[in-house]
Amino acid sequence: MTKFILGRLVKAVFILLAILIFNFLLIHAAPGDPAAVMAGEAGAADEKFLADLRERFGLDQPLYVQLWTYLKGAVQFDLGFSYRQQLPVSQLIADRLPATLLLTGVAFVLSLVLGVIAGVAASARQGSWGDTAISTLALLFYATPLFWVALMASLVFSVWLEWLPGFGYATIGANYTGFAHAMDVAKHLVLPATTLGLFFMAIYMRMTRASMLEVSRLDFVKTARAKGLKRGVIQRRHILRNALLPVITLAGLQAGQIFGGAILTETVFAWPGIGRLMFEAINQRDYAVILGVFYISGAMVLLFNLITDVVYVIVDPRIRLTG
Amino acid sequence: MINHLKFAAAVTAAALALATPVVAQDASPQAGGTLNVVIQPEPPGLMIGLIQNGPTQMVAGDIYESLLRYDFNFEPQGQLAESWTISDDGKTYTFKLRDGVKFHDGTPFTSADVKFSMDVFLREAHSRTRTYMQHVESVETPDPLTVVFNLKQPFGPFLGIFEPGTAPMIPKHIYEGTDFASNPANNTPIGTGPFKFEKWVKGSYIHLVKNQDYYMEGKPYVDEIYYHVIPDAASRAVAYETGKVDVLPGGSIENFDVPRIRELDNTCITDKGWEFFGPLSWIWINMNNKPLDDVKVRRAMMHALDRQFARDALWNGLGNVATGPLSSSTRFHAADTPDISYDPEKARALLAESSYDGETIRLLGLPYGETWQRWAEAVKQNLTEIGMNVELVPSDVAGWNQKISDRDFDLAFTYLYQYGDPALGVSRTYMSSNAAPGSPWNNVANYQNPEIDRMFDEAALMANPEDRRAAYKKIQDQIVSDVPNLWLLELGFPTISRCNIKNPVSTALGVNDGFRDVWIEAN
Repeated sequence: MTKFILGRLVKAVFILLAILIFNFLLIHAAPGDPAAVMAGEAGAADEKFLADLRERFGLDQPLYVQLWTYLKGAVQFDLGFSYRQQLPVSQLIADRLPATLLLTGVAFVLSLVLGVIAGVAASARQGSWGDTAISTLALLFYATPLFWVALMASLVFSVWLEWLPGFGYATIGANYTGFAHAMDVAKHLVLPATTLGLFFMAIYMRMTRASMLEVSRLDFVKTARAKGLKRGVIQRRHILRNALLPVITLAGLQAGQIFGGAILTETVFAWPGIGRLMFEAINQRDYAVILGVFYISGAMVLLFNLITDVVYVIVDPRIRLTG
Repeated sequence: MINHLKFAAAVTAAALALATPVVAQDASPQAGGTLNVVIQPEPPGLMIGLIQNGPTQMVAGDIYESLLRYDFNFEPQGQLAESWTISDDGKTYTFKLRDGVKFHDGTPFTSADVKFSMDVFLREAHSRTRTYMQHVESVETPDPLTVVFNLKQPFGPFLGIFEPGTAPMIPKHIYEGTDFASNPANNTPIGTGPFKFEKWVKGSYIHLVKNQDYYMEGKPYVDEIYYHVIPDAASRAVAYETGKVDVLPGGSIENFDVPRIRELDNTCITDKGWEFFGPLSWIWINMNNKPLDDVKVRRAMMHALDRQFARDALWNGLGNVATGPLSSSTRFHAADTPDISYDPEKARALLAESSYDGETIRLLGLPYGETWQRWAEAVKQNLTEIGMNVELVPSDVAGWNQKISDRDFDLAFTYLYQYGDPALGVSRTYMSSNAAPGSPWNNVANYQNPEIDRMFDEAALMANPEDRRAAYKKIQDQIVSDVPNLWLLELGFPTISRCNIKNPVSTALGVNDGFRDVWIEAN
């Protein structure tokens, strides 16, 4: 196991390096010049202004020099400086990361737990009205565009019913502390986390249901039934455990994305997270911020893939790890 | 038909409501309260000497001040300057500063700060002010409360540059001898204004608090301001509807939401406060590309555009149809310029006489949201109706900047501020000396007319306003005849606020001039 993990970590370093180089080249290939965007924001800019900006950004250097400078910093975990926001990228990301972790983490747990429970429930009585209802709902959540769900949730629960706040992370100006602050954040979290979770919940449900049905037709389940085991035990110990492998794969991928944020949800609900930071940085061609977010999210995807592989072994002892 | 009637009624209602703007009411002000304002997009920084986009100026207008303010007719009023005189030859401007003004850190504001701001910081860092300061030979500070600007020659609009976005007063003791762009103080801005910077939670809000030591007795009235960062236009409307914010500055919500929001209880709307900027929209014509160098093609396109439709349908009846290169709120605007009205028959005839031969014309829209997208589609339809082939080119903001800088377009939407005077915000668009590629904000159309260059140069240096008026009339007539751009609308950006919030707009700069005079009437 240790050898496997070490081997994968070494590979991950090279993959991460490749990701960084690819992202760097991709972003620089896109049309748009950060100096021109900043000049636009400065009102009207003359050539001196643009030249000064390019010099400060290092954009007047050849591309390979810029790449080398960037990689030198990246291997030392220096994510660079955002000239547009006048702050180090690591600080910008650190400021936004807690909000994103909270939102995507809660949405992840919510979607995984509810999705698996709904999938198990639906598969237990295949073809029943309960199965049909759950499957239809899942299809609906899966097929409805996220931004529409977000806007409707905000309209219904915030504007019409006035139950929940429709935007933001906490009540601005309220200065709550302790438990009151936690409750305030929780109230603000309900709509964005649920909205974000619905889509993934639908996927987990459908995958769990399909996988459960498939496993339940296998011979060892028949054997278990023949042995006279209780229905609940068969479902839990024999079917579910085997059926969870594809769900774990998917959950691993989603967990990797947690750090990348949820651009649409964060935008509609004014949630101050990484997704929005990245979206705005892309619009402004704020190279340092874009690459910084890609760096972190790339590393997290690799890490969670590794964790997923390890979890496989725990869930299914038949799988053997080889580096 | 019913829909058309409803729409017409909505437009009429909009026009009627705008006829009674909410400005400068004279009840006795009440102190206290919190002002919640939407800000969009989130500004990149708050140091107005370095960044001058709209959101930055809106917040910085509370923190920084200049020597003057301007009423709706551009009459200068004292701000940090108590009085001022202009010499008979129009070359010497002497400002007497207010006594007892302090920066937010307690340091007194003196003439040395004015000299440092204008002569050092802004000459170095502010591209627009740098251009204006080329007219200034020297800045003298005979005593701590007197500043003298000696000009090389008379510069007609000089008294119009002392607003916070163009000439903010910057603390010398903090910036002198430092690298301005990377000075840590940029993140905790310090000015002389009515509000002090308190906190900025990136992606969430900016918090300003009342400057207790402000030099104007009793002002500001409100205790604190929160600028809420809400990136989605629909969510901004929801924030107002649910009472989370009380002021929606112009452009905060999509135009199609304005009629709905204005019907809410205790909601007032005004189109005042944009006189100084005079935002004018137009379509750049790339005259480097054939057949757009043919004036008949350009005139044909101008007559093909149904701008009244755009105003009524896309802008909900807000703003005015442009008459040429100057907004009607800009000094020396002439209303009687040559005819450029919607006339598709005339447009077809002109096109038939022109060198246009069915070429595909690439139209670059402005990536600023729904309204602009729809507008590009409407313009395409107008031009198609007179027999032109038009292809819409999509882009994001950075891509748009790049394409304009590289002159990689045939037609392209834009809008620019005019800063109250043609010499400050209009000539830059038409002077041949300002046409080099590489900037999206200069003479992008590559309009070349030596006569216009000469006239602009002369008009800027005239000291007598009546002489300037006559000169700019000739300039406008000539430019409109040459049609280097397709002028669209003087944009209307209504400010929406609760009616019990008094004076949200009190100068020609509107919400960009700070909320010094705002007070909240208890319900």
